[in-house]
Amino acid sequence: MTEKGLTLDHVSIAIGGRTLLEITHHVRPGEVLTVMGPSGSGKSALLAFIGGFLDPAFAAKGRVFVSGIELTDLAAEERHAGILFQDPLLFPHMSVAGNLAFALPEAVRGRAARRRLAEEALADVGLARLGARDPDTLSGGQKARVALARVLLSAPRALLLDEPFSKLDADLRQQMRELIFSKALKSALPVVLVTHDEADARSAGGPLLRIGE
Amino acid sequence: MLNPASGIPAEPFVRRLILLLAVLFLAGPAHAAGPDPANWSEVLTSARGETVYFDAWGGSQNVNAYIEWAGSELFKRYGVKIVEVKLADTTDAVARIVAEKAAGKDKGGSVDLIWINGENFASMKRRRLLFSPGWAEKLPNWKYVDFETKPTIRTDFTIPVDGLESPWGMAKLVFFYDQARTDPATLPKSAKDLLAWAREHPGRFSYPQPPDFMGSTFLKQVLCELAPDPSVLQKPVNEITFGEVAAPLFAYLDALKPYLWRHGEAYPKNYLAMKQLMADGELDIIFAFNPAEASGAIEQGQLPATVRSFTFPGGTLANTHFVAIPYNAAAKAGALVLADFLLSPEAQARKQDPKVWGDPTVLAMSKLDAKDRARFDAIDLGVATLKPSELGPALPEPHPSWMERIEREWKKRYGVGN
Amino acid sequence: MIARLGPPLAVLLLAGPVLCGLVGTVLPAFGYLPALGGTRFTLAPMRDLLAEPGLIRSALTSLAVALVTAAAVLMVVVLFVAGWSGTRIFGRILHLVSPLLSVPHAAAAFGLAFLIAPSGMIARLLSPWLTGWQRPPDLLIVNDPLALSMTAGLIVKEIPFLLLITLAALPQVKLAETRALAASLGYGRIAGFLFGVWPRLYRQIRLAVFAVIAFSSSVVDVAQILGPTLPPPLAVRIVGWANDPDLARHFLAAAGALLQLGVTALALIVWLFFEGLAGVVTRRLGQSGRRWRGDAVLRRSGLAAMVATAAAVGAGLALLSIWSVAGLWQFPETLPHSFTASAWIRTIPQIARPLGITLACGLLSTLLAIAVTLLCLTRELQTGRPAGRWALTLLYLPLIVPEAAFLFGLQIFFLAARAEPGLPNLVLAHFVFVMPYVFLALSGPWRAFDRRHEAIAAGLGKSRRTILFSIRLPMLLGPILTAAAVGFAVSVGQYLATVMIGAGRLPTITTEAVALAAGGNRRVIGVYALLQMLLPAVGFAVAIIVPALLFRRRRAMRAG
Repeated sequence: MTEKGLTLDHVSIAIGGRTLLEITHHVRPGEVLTVMGPSGSGKSALLAFIGGFLDPAFAAKGRVFVSGIELTDLAAEERHAGILFQDPLLFPHMSVAGNLAFALPEAVRGRAARRRLAEEALADVGLARLGARDPDTLSGGQKARVALARVLLSAPRALLLDEPFSKLDADLRQQMRELIFSKALKSALPVVLVTHDEADARSAGGPLLRIGE
Repeated sequence: MLNPASGIPAEPFVRRLILLLAVLFLAGPAHAAGPDPANWSEVLTSARGETVYFDAWGGSQNVNAYIEWAGSELFKRYGVKIVEVKLADTTDAVARIVAEKAAGKDKGGSVDLIWINGENFASMKRRRLLFSPGWAEKLPNWKYVDFETKPTIRTDFTIPVDGLESPWGMAKLVFFYDQARTDPATLPKSAKDLLAWAREHPGRFSYPQPPDFMGSTFLKQVLCELAPDPSVLQKPVNEITFGEVAAPLFAYLDALKPYLWRHGEAYPKNYLAMKQLMADGELDIIFAFNPAEASGAIEQGQLPATVRSFTFPGGTLANTHFVAIPYNAAAKAGALVLADFLLSPEAQARKQDPKVWGDPTVLAMSKLDAKDRARFDAIDLGVATLKPSELGPALPEPHPSWMERIEREWKKRYGVGN
Repeated sequence: MIARLGPPLAVLLLAGPVLCGLVGTVLPAFGYLPALGGTRFTLAPMRDLLAEPGLIRSALTSLAVALVTAAAVLMVVVLFVAGWSGTRIFGRILHLVSPLLSVPHAAAAFGLAFLIAPSGMIARLLSPWLTGWQRPPDLLIVNDPLALSMTAGLIVKEIPFLLLITLAALPQVKLAETRALAASLGYGRIAGFLFGVWPRLYRQIRLAVFAVIAFSSSVVDVAQILGPTLPPPLAVRIVGWANDPDLARHFLAAAGALLQLGVTALALIVWLFFEGLAGVVTRRLGQSGRRWRGDAVLRRSGLAAMVATAAAVGAGLALLSIWSVAGLWQFPETLPHSFTASAWIRTIPQIARPLGITLACGLLSTLLAIAVTLLCLTRELQTGRPAGRWALTLLYLPLIVPEAAFLFGLQIFFLAARAEPGLPNLVLAHFVFVMPYVFLALSGPWRAFDRRHEAIAAGLGKSRRTILFSIRLPMLLGPILTAAAVGFAVSVGQYLATVMIGAGRLPTITTEAVALAAGGNRRVIGVYALLQMLLPAVGFAVAIIVPALLFRRRRAMRAG
């Protein structure tokens, strides 16, 4: 359990006495584990379990490790499991730069330093100089990229993707897949991707797990 | 089931609980025994810094504005703060004092000065709820008071005042009409006349619903005029003879009802409502206890300029209204200072001005010095106000028990629909 | 976590005063009140009560007013929502009607009285050219023995309340889809609504309907302004007895308050009976196969009733403002002969204290209610269980127990506890009425909040506290301020609680307005009613302007 990457050790999730899934799996840094299954199969619950915000209505067992650290008993905010949903969910009351600064770890001190890092992160996803903008004025693709920059900026230990491409149109979808997977590889992040789109799984290239079938 | 005849003692723990709560919540600084108005400079000293809660009927803006003025003057001159507690009915405050006494709150009560007379005074005096011994005649400004020719200053609704309340203003029942609508020659000259007039002008007369003070006053006026022997009204009600004495009154009201405004199916709430109805042209004759009221209302655009006053040649009811201090008042010295200020020629003259309030003074012009007399002479009483000589004879108020008894009877007969 | 305190605090602060109040009513009703010399249980207060002339009539008036008001309000709301929701007119009318919720009952009642009285605006507009009236007709309209004016006054004020509660419940019943389905089956708009949506929707708003019944059966201020006087409705008589100098009358008042509880309970029972009956009829009709497509008349009457409501209150308020600056204004002139600011000039110096108390009490009780509501809702997030049916019932408790019944007892309780009539008591009493509205207004947006924002923030390594204070509360600032404005408006409008618990020592704009109503001076009433209305309006303006300023460059924050 001390090896690098994300380890799911006998994770099982049940609701109302009915077991939805049972998984034991190791995701190496930079690797994408794709979990596929129909609605209600518990695939989003799996991400919530890893992230630490599972609805108390579910009963979950098993343990989660990232690079030797056990997450299972940590509070959500101690886990550093970055998540992307199908909506970008930028905080509407903050500017674009504000969203990014909010994600930066506390360890980065000083207004100027934080602002510079935020601007760099924006430039990194091809959105240089959009920091002062109201997030609601961005296009769908821009928003998705800000959301990605935001999660990467928080220095996560793992990346959880909850159908992040399903609301994008075909062109954009391919662009975002490439962007996200390349960033994950570059940062050596273990990724768990939940989807019903076979193309996502093919593009991710990693192992594929089907549940609820 | 409980047996109502024997009654069952209550659970002791409830009593203990309430006792406990009482201890927990017991509050209010203790005050020394009441100040002595004979030593006035001491009264002024201890009054400084006090806040006086003055409970007064608050339905009239004129009166409220006048009290506001008195409060600001008092604060300037003596450092006494006045807070007017506006009452919809004076009995609200009396009820509170009764409840305070029952709850053992004999100090730091919520009322410091109360505007009062008649029934409420009698009730408070009987229950020993008033600051005593008598203080009113020891006030510095008492020397100007006209108690010689105004007997109602020392006898409030047949009850001896004994200095337990200080006179504030005079009242006399006066009727108003609009000469643009009503020919003065046709005006009624007595209660009997009024009934005949109402028959000829259906829907144009009414009286406030008892127990409103003015409504009850109208009942008493009729009672005094029609009672076979008015002298019995000066004594408490005798249940055996009540029916006989009051019979003419209720026969009169029965005869009047079909010709009343709204056929007697609703009554104005009080004088002010009647005044509005006159302004709207719904009523042709209304009445008030303040002879200058119509002039004031004309002044303020509430009544047309053609309104005039009249009284009955045979006399109408007259009385005095007072201020009194409850036995448990928190700011007795301040209340004394306020009561004295309200008696001052300056305050009394201002009050008599119809532009301010128009309430007749309790002072004797003969006792004033030239400067103060000039204040009163300068007042323009207004077109609609009768001169004191035109007000006609004053009928004495009946014993308060009559008012209470006829109010009860009225409610039974007319107060609960048909 | 401090949020753990939320639910018990809410139970204590809501149920506590109501239960203490009921105890304080029941004991003296049977003669027990040591503080006032009653140390034995006896039925004497009950006997005195039954001996009161016209008692049955007073009680029946209260009962009838409550049932007729609730039925009329419900009918108008159903016809309007069924016939028009989803249309452009619906949105416009909503903008017209929603602000009426914040108009205090007393102000609306005054406005209506000025409109419909024989010397009122309607008669003036029609005279003398149509009616020939040179003087107001001798017609008994306001204070009529059948309480029709009073019922009308209650109906126009309760319609906005029930309409907004219904709108809040609509998203849970998939209105558009059900309507499309019913239409595809050939059902008329109203029939489709009644058969497809109504049973579920009614379950959501049922407690609010009960609140309308309880309120109408025990209202005092509207009854004093518009209601019958020979004899008045029960609650008005209870207040009279409670203020009587005669000690024995306190026991009588308690007995009356107990009767009030019975009258309200009876009204609810009668309502339940008709509710059941209506359910059976609706089911039968729904299965008869009739399509009821010709419902244009019904739809239009729903719309007309709604417009009339808004127009009546709006015109009444406009009249109040004219009267506040009117000089002599005789019948049948449509406008005053002259205008004067004298009523305002005379009133303003006297307004500081009541205004201060209104503001202090309103702000404190609202603040407390917002705090307790936020604690409860935060606790709900932590446990993952939304407040259940019992919690909702608890919330509605102060709205369903008739206020005259428990406020009188609460007054007695404070008296027995020798708690000085002061601001803390008053704030507590107002809180009881403010809290339910604040909770109802805030819980919807709170629960609708997209929790994935919080998941993201947690994934970014943010603590619960940071998430609450940097994400959820700022994003919900608009709804929180709106809920506060609703709460403040409720506090400003409180009459009975202020009179009884404040013991006359703590006048507010509302108690002053109603006290002056006795004086019948329309100019002064106009001034006070306008002030009474202005305060809640300022509250709502703040709720709109503050987020608009803070988030002026955040488009998504304005949309919500």
